[in-house]
Amino acid sequence: MGLKLQQSYHHSVTLKVNEQMGTKRGYTFIQANRAWLPKFLLLWVMVMAFLSTWIYKKMDADNKVRRKEVLSSMCDQRARMLQDQFSVSVNHVHALAILVSTFHYYKDPSAIDQETFAEYTARTAFERPLLSGVAYAERVVHSEREKFERQHGWTIKTMKREPSPIRDEYAPVIFSQETVSYIESLDMMSGEEDRENILRARATGKAVLTSPFRLLGSHHLGVVLTFPVYKSKLPPSPTEQERIEATAGYLGGAFDVESLVENLLGQLAGNQAILVNVYDITNSSDHLIMYGHQNQDGDLALLHESKLDFGDPFRKHQMICRYHQKAPTSWTALTTAFLFFVICLLVGYILYGAAIHIVKVEDDFHEMEELKVRAEAADVAKSQFLATVSHEIRTPMNGILGMLALLLDTDLSSTQRDYAQTAQVCGKALITLINEVLDRAKIEAGKLELETVPFDLRSILDDVLSLFSEKSRNKGVELAVFVSDKVPEMVMGDPGRFRQIITNLVGNSVKFTERGHIFVKVHLAENPKPMEGPKAETYLNGGSDEDALVSGARQFKTLSGYEAADERNSWDSLKHLVADEELRYDASVKMKAADEASQSVTLMVSVEDTGIGIPLIAQDRVFMPFMQADSSTSRNYGGTGIGLSITKCLVELMGGHISFISRPQVGSTFSFTTVFGRCKRASFSDTKKPNAEDLPSGFRGLKAVVVDGKPVRAAVTRYHLKRLGMLVEFANSVKIAASACGKNGSSCGSKTQPDIVLVEKDSWLSGEDGGLSLRTLDRQQNGHVLKSPKMILLATNITNAELEKAKAAGFADTTIMKPLRASMVAACLQQVLGTGKKRQPGRGMLNGSSVLGSLLCGKKILVVDDNMVNRRVAAGALKKFGAAVECAESGKAALKLLQLPHSFDACFMDIQMPEMDGFEATRRIRMMESQANEQMNGGTEEGSIRTGEWHIPILAMTADVIHATYDECLKCGMDGYVSKPFEEENLYLAVAKFFKTKPISDS
Amino acid sequence: MDFVNQLQRKFIDYSSSLHREGIVDDQFTQLRKLEDENSPHFVMEVASLFFEDCEKLINNMAIALEQKQGVDFKQIDECIHQLKGSSSSIGAMRVKNACIAFRSFSDAQNREGCLRCLQQLSHEYSLLKNKLQTLFVVSVASRYLYVCLLMVGRENEHAEPFSDVLVFQLEQQIVAAGGSIPRVH
Repeated sequence: MGLKLQQSYHHSVTLKVNEQMGTKRGYTFIQANRAWLPKFLLLWVMVMAFLSTWIYKKMDADNKVRRKEVLSSMCDQRARMLQDQFSVSVNHVHALAILVSTFHYYKDPSAIDQETFAEYTARTAFERPLLSGVAYAERVVHSEREKFERQHGWTIKTMKREPSPIRDEYAPVIFSQETVSYIESLDMMSGEEDRENILRARATGKAVLTSPFRLLGSHHLGVVLTFPVYKSKLPPSPTEQERIEATAGYLGGAFDVESLVENLLGQLAGNQAILVNVYDITNSSDHLIMYGHQNQDGDLALLHESKLDFGDPFRKHQMICRYHQKAPTSWTALTTAFLFFVICLLVGYILYGAAIHIVKVEDDFHEMEELKVRAEAADVAKSQFLATVSHEIRTPMNGILGMLALLLDTDLSSTQRDYAQTAQVCGKALITLINEVLDRAKIEAGKLELETVPFDLRSILDDVLSLFSEKSRNKGVELAVFVSDKVPEMVMGDPGRFRQIITNLVGNSVKFTERGHIFVKVHLAENPKPMEGPKAETYLNGGSDEDALVSGARQFKTLSGYEAADERNSWDSLKHLVADEELRYDASVKMKAADEASQSVTLMVSVEDTGIGIPLIAQDRVFMPFMQADSSTSRNYGGTGIGLSITKCLVELMGGHISFISRPQVGSTFSFTTVFGRCKRASFSDTKKPNAEDLPSGFRGLKAVVVDGKPVRAAVTRYHLKRLGMLVEFANSVKIAASACGKNGSSCGSKTQPDIVLVEKDSWLSGEDGGLSLRTLDRQQNGHVLKSPKMILLATNITNAELEKAKAAGFADTTIMKPLRASMVAACLQQVLGTGKKRQPGRGMLNGSSVLGSLLCGKKILVVDDNMVNRRVAAGALKKFGAAVECAESGKAALKLLQLPHSFDACFMDIQMPEMDGFEATRRIRMMESQANEQMNGGTEEGSIRTGEWHIPILAMTADVIHATYDECLKCGMDGYVSKPFEEENLYLAVAKFFKTKPISDS
Repeated sequence: MDFVNQLQRKFIDYSSSLHREGIVDDQFTQLRKLEDENSPHFVMEVASLFFEDCEKLINNMAIALEQKQGVDFKQIDECIHQLKGSSSSIGAMRVKNACIAFRSFSDAQNREGCLRCLQQLSHEYSLLKNKLQTLFVVSVASRYLYVCLLMVGRENEHAEPFSDVLVFQLEQQIVAAGGSIPRVH
């Protein structure tokens, strides 16, 4: 035991784990890493920040490189231009030097004087844009100073414009351009830079530049260019000494570097942005500035140096360029990086949000899943609980009811009996309620399935009515049913559920109605509107209008004369219906063909009562379960209010809808539509009609006169009589009927002679001379014809005194108690007309065991069960109802007994039997039967009158009432089932299907 | 007649006590309803059939359970099914319930449980037999007394003439039902 327990525990644990695994498997990657999500987001943001910084830096660096490139290119360009210009100027000065040496020294006398020089230089000044001016200084040694001064007429002056002190050598300017004429006669050797220049120039023989200094006159920074001019031609590679010896003078020009560079730069684009400095870097430790300011702000971070070569190898020059302004912040890069960052941030956030959302949704999903599982479990538990509880309740309830039944059998005082009876009624009601709750639960669970079998609607309505006949009769309420002729005889649908609906509605009506009537009417829903055409009044005398006046102002043209909530059921509409049918009788063949073309037929069923009605405020919750009109209703009338909600569900399942009209204290009319399949003629003539009620055909063609003051009621009576094939006429009162009969009788003999006269009790009592005229009617008939019409009284309830009186008045034949049912009417008529066999008078239709007795009486029934006790009990129960029972203890024995031909009327078959179970046995029996049927059909086809086939009704006996078992039963050819401990009601319901009308039709 | 009435009342009390104790259920009532003039001892008849059947089945099961080398649970299951069917037919509720419990154990092939249930079952069975026999004795006795009194007292002029044969039959039934004939004469 313990081991087993443990095992099962273990089992359940593994199961649970499996389940958990199952749910775990549903998690996604995101779900699995949910804790990391914020960290992921942070990481993302950081990476993106880093990335955007990197982008910014890269773009910035690109910018800087580009800037640098621009700068260097600009700088180089400037340097190159400057250098070009410079060298152009230097070349020109060189040419000038050669000119001077050629024309001043090689020609004698000299071809150049100051005027010529000035003119020439002025005219060629455009060739030397960088030079402010040129001048020529002659080399004069001290020994020749006197002579020179005399020759020129001025003394040599120093730079300071003083007479020159005595030196070894002088270099006074003799020719000068006009722009620099102020330096004429100045000794160039007296200036420090000039002197050095001169010495260097004559030693190298090349152009020589001074270091920058402030020029005379303009005070701009500038340099002086000096070229030596040699007297004689020099040897190809002269020594320094030879050069000095040959020197005749020096040609010099002043470069006004500052203004010149300014000019030059002005010509170029972009000079605003760029800052240019030119340096003399001969002395590498001390750069001398030639152009530009030494201390300039500007972008110190970025500079470009370009070498300048002005043609003097001794001097080195350099150009340094800078940007005026610091590199502007790169907005593009900044914006790009920032936008990138922002976008990435947003993307990250969106992803994060999405992930969070996914996680949340998944969480919700799992939660929902769990809830769903729980709900489903709860649902299953609920239905199990319902099933169990109702079963558990039913079992003790059976005990209670049984005890109560026993108790009622005992000697009880009237009070005790009353109590016990009340308790029994309550118990029965409780059982009904439990069944209803089960039904409701089934419908809600969608487990209720409708069958589709052919059934006879009219007989079902009759059955339901007979159920309530006792109650209604006690209350004095008239109960009637009317089915339009156009409703097909057989329809396909679920007869049980249809019956349930009708039972619910009629039961409700019966419960709430104390006076008046309950009227069930069925017609086709697609019935056209009442025709306004000719109204076929079938009254023998006059229209109904007068009659209404006569019978009283407060009379309504309803079944009982009480006012009904819905006028649609009153005579005014019904008569159209009736008239309509009569008119169309001829055309009905055509109609039928058209009707049968459609597969389904929609019926409109209305149940009208003249009860207490439904209060207006409660009308909208009538169909809600457990809602009654108000609490006082349940106090007065009992019930739970679940019936109507079930009814609604059923109606909707059948494809219709239900509605009602109700007026408090007047009554209610519930009407619903249902869709039934049409029964194909071929199919239902083949198959047996298990539900159909075979009405006797012996009344076909008989004539009846219905005497009734109320047209609706008369129509109902006619409906039932017409079903028996009788021809019916109406009469308003006995007198009219009598006179009509008399007239007819005398004039045309028996042609229109009624066979039966049915008189409504009300009409009979209201007619003051009823009895008298009736007797005259009777006598008249006797006088004329041999056959007198049979007089039948129709009554809802009748007292003994009245009965006596009726008998005295001539209703010797019989009294038919309402509600009318075709079969009952038939039985009564059989009795009256003598066509029927010995049958009990039809009044107070039997029910319960006596009905069962009548059904089973004389039947030969086979009971198959392996259990001896069961067999004995079943046999005993069946015997009690008059059946002749034979027993078989196994399927095989049953087969042997049922070899065709046999005389059994039915077979009750246990399902669970050793060797051959009930299903198998049934299958074999059916097989045998079908073989026999085939043979018989083959053999007797030509002249056969017999249409019956071998088909013994087989009912399963089973202890469990699971639906599946029932299905199985039907599948293997059984016709029904009885739950095992036999109950009278069950037995009745099962057996009724097969034997219902046989006592009448067979006998 | 007072005496007979008393006996009748006692009979009713007794049968309702059977209901109350749950020994029989509604089905038993139904069975009793089936008794009429044609078959006045229907219940007794069925009950004795049931007792025979029951004893046989219980015996069979006991033998089957005694088997050392493997118990034939299929056989037991069949027996139990039979027994359950008959007990529910006759309305022997407690026997039926015992069968249901038994069946669950035999389904689980649990020998100890089966044995326990078998014990329980035979207990219920003997209880039922006891009670029913008493009931029948009381019932028959009341009938017997009634007949005797009618014969002796001639209380009802219109009563059918009771033959000695009937009295003898009744006496036989009392003995059959396990009672003894009181010597009231």
